[in-house]
Amino acid sequence: MRGSLKELDYSILQQCMRCGMCLPACPTYDTTKRERHSPRGRISLMRSVADGELKITGEFVAEMSYCLGCLACQTACPAGVDYSNLLETARSDIQTHGPRATLVARFWRAVTMRGLFMRPRLLRFAGRCLGLYQQLGLQTAFRKLHLTKLLPPHLKKLEPQAPTMARRFSHQLIAAVESPLQGKRYRVALLTGCVQDLAFSAINRDTADVLLANGCEVYTPPIQPCCGSLHAHNGEAEAARTLARRMIDLFPPSEFDAIISNAGGCGNHLRHYGQLLALDPTYITRAKLWDTKLKDIHEWLIQIGCRAPRPGMAALTVTYHDSCHLTHGQKVTSQPRELLRLIPGIKLVELPEANWCCGSAGIYNVTQPEQSELLLNRKIDHILRTGAEVLATSNPGCHLQIARGLQAAGSSIQMLQPVTLLARAYKSEQSAGH
Amino acid sequence: MPLTDSHFQELRRFVGSENVLTAREDLIPYEFDGTAALKHRAEVVILPANTEEVSACVKFAATHKIPVVTRGSGTGLSGGSVPSEGCLVLCLTRMDKIISVDAANLTLRAQCGVITANIDAAANAHGLFYPPDPGSMKISTIGGNVAENSGGLRGLKYGVTRDYVMGLEVVMPDGQIARLGNACVKDVAGYSMKDLFIGSEGTLGIITEVLLKLLPKPAARRTMLASYDRMEDAANTVSAIIAARIIPCTLEFLDRTTIGCVEDYAKIGLPRDCEALLLMETDGHPSAVEDEAAKMLEIARAHRARDVRVASNDAEALKLASARRSAFSALARVRPTTILEDVTVPRDQLATMVGFIAQVAKKHNLLVGTFGHMGDGNLHPTFLTDERNADEMHRVHLALEEIVDKTLELGGTITGEHGIGLAKKQWLKRQLGEASHGLMRQIKQSLDPHNLLNPGKIFD
Repeated sequence: MRGSLKELDYSILQQCMRCGMCLPACPTYDTTKRERHSPRGRISLMRSVADGELKITGEFVAEMSYCLGCLACQTACPAGVDYSNLLETARSDIQTHGPRATLVARFWRAVTMRGLFMRPRLLRFAGRCLGLYQQLGLQTAFRKLHLTKLLPPHLKKLEPQAPTMARRFSHQLIAAVESPLQGKRYRVALLTGCVQDLAFSAINRDTADVLLANGCEVYTPPIQPCCGSLHAHNGEAEAARTLARRMIDLFPPSEFDAIISNAGGCGNHLRHYGQLLALDPTYITRAKLWDTKLKDIHEWLIQIGCRAPRPGMAALTVTYHDSCHLTHGQKVTSQPRELLRLIPGIKLVELPEANWCCGSAGIYNVTQPEQSELLLNRKIDHILRTGAEVLATSNPGCHLQIARGLQAAGSSIQMLQPVTLLARAYKSEQSAGH
Repeated sequence: MPLTDSHFQELRRFVGSENVLTAREDLIPYEFDGTAALKHRAEVVILPANTEEVSACVKFAATHKIPVVTRGSGTGLSGGSVPSEGCLVLCLTRMDKIISVDAANLTLRAQCGVITANIDAAANAHGLFYPPDPGSMKISTIGGNVAENSGGLRGLKYGVTRDYVMGLEVVMPDGQIARLGNACVKDVAGYSMKDLFIGSEGTLGIITEVLLKLLPKPAARRTMLASYDRMEDAANTVSAIIAARIIPCTLEFLDRTTIGCVEDYAKIGLPRDCEALLLMETDGHPSAVEDEAAKMLEIARAHRARDVRVASNDAEALKLASARRSAFSALARVRPTTILEDVTVPRDQLATMVGFIAQVAKKHNLLVGTFGHMGDGNLHPTFLTDERNADEMHRVHLALEEIVDKTLELGGTITGEHGIGLAKKQWLKRQLGEASHGLMRQIKQSLDPHNLLNPGKIFD
């Protein structure tokens, strides 16, 4: 990822030969049928900027913001266009050369991107405060008194969507090093994430458990930096590079058989550190090695031959939603399904349009609430029609978004992640006394 | 004459202001279609919702002498929907309703903006099928298919779009709405006017509605993939199959370069080390399919096929066909610019033509990937080049000239299914001759005397 479209290797733009195969895969084109809202259309705008025919106008900024970044176009593209790279470069270009955002927007951007998400301890502290606010009933009181109106616009939109904070974060659930009871085969590092750590620390625990059950020694340092995915997706290229270096320092890739990510969005960014640090002579070798070691949890378990749990869990009908960056970005599509099928008692029913974006897309549900809602409703309709009792997915963003949608629809469908189901299956076999 | 705000105001009254696009950021994405290295900016892009709105826009354009370029999903491969100088673009993707499926008369009526694959899906729901399946069927519009007379993978047995058009609704250059053809199997009431508009590339009228013929869905289908060490062996297999009185629905080939690119994308285990792949498909009554498939297999083996893979189920068959459909776009992986040709020769000249293309590419030191419809004699030699390299582009043009000459010498045509548009008009007269070219021009002049519909396409 470079700073601007003009500096970008032009052949990446030329790779798009405009055949239009991406159009039916694009959720925003599907909504509006406008060429500029399609991947091909957006690339033509980026190319115009690179050619100096178009300045970074407000409309250009709006268009790049309207893109979900779901990367469904990359799966559809026979020509192999690196859309992810193009979009991140365009967004980075907007940050450096685009029209200046309002003071308030810049303030909140600085607080989040350069403040909270650069400092893991501070982020946890903020998470703790948010947790107290939620647990002490302040949230309800705050809302009843309409005090949320006093919040800045950014936070006002975010407030109702803020995930419920876990009572204990990952480091309170997982020791720095945990070894399998018997038969250690691999040494792996576990990345606990940001949102995952604050809201879904139990999923991190489940991930550690399934790794242990499959002969992996798990290394989980208590304080981990953010992977930089949030920054890269929002045009903060330099911050993303800083964070990548910190990650590589904390997890020297040569020391592990695999570095495990269990969040689709983070994983897709994490496995491209080589590209991100291509111009950094000190880190490039390690970054490239890192990319080969970085594995999505499902991918890794299937690769090492995941042990099928013994029967013990009650029968359950499950359907699976693909996180965009897991399926389109990382191309991990069959493995989560294979893992679910390994579990005795689980009946997996395929979800129609399983790989169509749910509208979460990072902070898209905050920046583009209308389009996000449209996609969420479409997703919920499909889920309800499957008749499943559980919706499994593997990305905190999708998890929060779909859970919100299911709740609004008054559905009792449970949201779980494949690793959680697998961890439960292993536990049930123990309690069944095998 | 450049269009002004007052023009835009009037157009907004016809279609609603949100359907008139004039901002630069809205127009740039409509500068091109699927054809390499061609682009031009329109003055305005209009997205009408129905025939009446199209008619109002065309009347307006006729009054003010504004050129009109019609566009569907913009997947054309000869520059047919690339904007002309000072034009307004009518983009008809909003007209996407399937009006009716008549299972008793085996017809389907649809607005022009319906996606081709959705036509087949709607037919399928009634146990019927719509055979033409162009490579871009997942996104191309039926109106665009009719305007270009698109082909597809099943042309050998089922023909092309023209063979399935029973009726059309067309907005004429003066804005009048004409209905041509009908649901009758037989109809000789005057000239077959619908046929004039099929393949007219938006130069004679704007197709707004289509009445299509459907067929009963074949009960069985068998798909096979044969690999060869020599391209001639694949070509000879095709000739032998046809000589054996078998008409399969599909006989498609890919050369080595194309195979590599397709496999990079689709990852379905195509053999990268062979010179040619032949995708064969037969459909129809189960016992006939069984019989034909066995014979085709035998013929392929007799012609030194190294291996023949038989698709074990529909899903695998679909994967193979989809992989073939991605060939053109997949070739773009190699170099920045892909120049696709569409020359077609009588079937028995196919091996000669394939060999000639390879020779020409070698002579001019160019990279070419060739694939296409072997059973139809329709080839898609695709030059893998870079539009920013002037010297190489010059060599591409020299190579194209030689390919065109050879095609015509063999009794072929410069385009089998992509149309003339902008990309091939320089060679049209060479193929047709003065009289025939003049006749075409006369028809254009009499229907569109002010040359307002898609000017610069087909003719200069």
